[in-house]
Amino acid sequence: MQAAPVDFERQRAVSVALRRFMPESSVLFEREDVTPYECDGLSAYRQVPMVVALPENEQQICEILETCHAMRVPVVARGAGTGLSGGALPLGNGVLLSLAKLMKIVDIDPVARTARVQPGVRNLAISEAVASHGLYYAPDPSSQIACSIGGNIAENSGGVHCLKYGLTVHNILKLRVATIEGDMIELGGGGLDAAGYDFLALMTGSEGLLGVVTEVTVKLLPRPESAQVVLAAFDDIGAAGQAVANVIAAGIIPAGMELMDQPATMAVEPFVNAGYPTDAAGILLCESDGTHEEVRDEIRRIEDIMNSSGAHIVRTSQDEAERLRLWAGRKAAFPAVGRLSPDYYCMDGTIPRKRIAEVLRGIAAMEKKYNLRCANVFHAGDGNLHPLILYDANDSDQLQRTEEFGAEILKLCIDVGGTITGEHGVGIEKIDSMCIQFKSAELETFHALKHAFDEHGLLNPGKAVPSLHRCAEFGRMHVHAGEEKFPGIPRF
Amino acid sequence: MSDPVNQYAEAIRTAADAKEPLRIRGGGSKDFYGNAGAGRVLDVSGYAGVIDYEPTELVITARCGTPLADIEAVMRDKGQMLGFEPPHFGNNTTLGGCIAAGLSGPRRPYAGSVRDFVLGLRILDGRGNDLKFGGQVMKNVAGYDVSRLITGSMGTLGVILEVSLKALPLPPAELTICRNQTKEEALVLMNEWAGKPLPITGTCHVEKRLYVRLAGAASAVKAAAAKLGGEEIENAAEFWRDIRDQRDVFFSGDMPLWRLSLKSTTPHLADLPGMQLHEWGGALRWLTSDADAKTIRKAARSGDGHATLFRRGNGTAGEATTGAFHPLPDVMMQLHRNVKQAMDPAGILNPGRMYPEL
Repeated sequence: MQAAPVDFERQRAVSVALRRFMPESSVLFEREDVTPYECDGLSAYRQVPMVVALPENEQQICEILETCHAMRVPVVARGAGTGLSGGALPLGNGVLLSLAKLMKIVDIDPVARTARVQPGVRNLAISEAVASHGLYYAPDPSSQIACSIGGNIAENSGGVHCLKYGLTVHNILKLRVATIEGDMIELGGGGLDAAGYDFLALMTGSEGLLGVVTEVTVKLLPRPESAQVVLAAFDDIGAAGQAVANVIAAGIIPAGMELMDQPATMAVEPFVNAGYPTDAAGILLCESDGTHEEVRDEIRRIEDIMNSSGAHIVRTSQDEAERLRLWAGRKAAFPAVGRLSPDYYCMDGTIPRKRIAEVLRGIAAMEKKYNLRCANVFHAGDGNLHPLILYDANDSDQLQRTEEFGAEILKLCIDVGGTITGEHGVGIEKIDSMCIQFKSAELETFHALKHAFDEHGLLNPGKAVPSLHRCAEFGRMHVHAGEEKFPGIPRF
Repeated sequence: MSDPVNQYAEAIRTAADAKEPLRIRGGGSKDFYGNAGAGRVLDVSGYAGVIDYEPTELVITARCGTPLADIEAVMRDKGQMLGFEPPHFGNNTTLGGCIAAGLSGPRRPYAGSVRDFVLGLRILDGRGNDLKFGGQVMKNVAGYDVSRLITGSMGTLGVILEVSLKALPLPPAELTICRNQTKEEALVLMNEWAGKPLPITGTCHVEKRLYVRLAGAASAVKAAAAKLGGEEIENAAEFWRDIRDQRDVFFSGDMPLWRLSLKSTTPHLADLPGMQLHEWGGALRWLTSDADAKTIRKAARSGDGHATLFRRGNGTAGEATTGAFHPLPDVMMQLHRNVKQAMDPAGILNPGRMYPEL
């Protein structure tokens, strides 16, 4: 990405305007102060923001937005910066609005089972704060020790338990949101629904394009009495996929169901000693939680299904320490794979479960085609695939092949009836793949909705939804490249 | 026979050009709900049938005119159900109407709402464009969540053509217990129990009795029933169906019926004149009352919620001029108008059915 030269006059004008109501230390523009914000969890994309604003309260957020709206300055909101799709990538002519200072848990209501928190509160901090009441916040993205609830709203984050307990959108009750004009609105409410259109759902997963979340009321669930996990190892990845379908067909909704292929288990095992059999083509982790009686019954049924589905090893956690150890391997999959290679690129397509074997075969063929290795971890219960492509970013040819590999995986996901992103968001990363998933009338609808909330397109512009012009360019580029590569091949 | 979707699209384009309102209608079982519609009827009940159902994918996709009862029967055959337990208001209730009205039944606080189960929609917008949002997979964050925006929008943002819903397995065992309890005691108990790992899938307080439905593994249901105490009732399925569809004797009579959705721990609103039935662990309060709308809506606000005039009575004074749905703050109404403009620029889809401004 080419960095545009900083417009120093504009930078000064915006900083001065923001410092009218914010302390000097909360408005940054010196190069060394703003550089730490140049990227989020997708470090392949970097851009130093013109100005960084660090508000301490809702009032300041509204004033920042009002000021930026009046001056027509684009604004990119940022939580903990753990996002994997470049959703918080700054703009060289924009304000980066960091919500990191808003990290208070405002209120916990154990009887109503809700917590009201500021957007910068870490996901896991909520569950920790309410643990003494026997409650927890269900969505658990792998980054939960670091990621913020505001970012979870922006991306509609999932986690390993979402087949049973839902995504972020299913676990929030109310949002306070600042509009780009600096007005406050409340979406949702104290009850289980609200009057009017479901803006709570629309805002969730909107990647910071419609408003800035200033407070979140989350739903808390009672901690299950008991939980156990079954590990099953398979010689054939297709059999593992079939076992997943068999569990669902038996009327079981597991608390978590994860699949890892051999490259993934081989990366993880030396790293965490989770006890995974590394000679298996794939392993499944299938968890049951609930009352003691439910778990006992369900675990027995899951073991039977794994055995009859052809697993050659079926092992059930006998205590909490073993359960956590088995999960530790899965949760460490990304960093473990990260040790095998200087860089890895994490994909996030979701597919119908029945197509899993076919998609994994497709990915294996692409490994050969692009001459790159790929490890697969998979939220098998809900069909969300995380292929991790291993590459070296210092090798520009590898980087290019990696991006093409990733785009081809996403195309395959769409072709089998899935989607390009299950939980990481489109951001900047998958914006071109949006042109494949949606037709122009649908993209126009997205733009019209954006316009309904943000007339001048100032909130996180350039992310999540491609312009029709961009799609036209993308389409032309691809057809063009295809023609050049394979001249003379007949097309049907 | 030409494709019904083309016919609907043509009707929409014609209406949009002429700025003539359309009243979208499926089975017509919810004609009573919301504000009165106006305009020519666009009957979409003919676009019916299950398109795709794979129990192991936990997804069912069907056309808008499919009777809800048919969908539930197909799913029951495979040991599955719609987790949000949608109300039926007669045999002709269709899937499209169910999604457009966005109403959920007794299982809602424990399993999720209709919008929680919506995975994807195919719609015709106010220009007659044929659009698909979401999909048939559990997780999908590509683009704005238009499917869930449209759910519960009373047909004002688009004509729903096809719906993909997440399915849930039928619980192997189910029973309902009943205890004598005052309204105040019941509210405390329902909230307390919801904070414990109990397999509860329905709660209701009516007259002087608290009903609790337990569902799941037989052993778990039995253990929970013993823990909670009370008597098991016999006609449980009918009881919950009558609560779900507002057919219980509580709902009879010609008094206006109000639906108050509020924070579950809101104390019993004993000052409101009329009779109340509590559901959803305390988060839903049904009220038959001829009190004025202002009083009722103020009471709902006191519980951080909203009040809907769910069914009109036999013409008490101010009733005719009262909107069915809770008024919105100005900034919110402006955003609603903007969204309506985005989806239906000519303002022809069910105008006024939700709010006069939309």
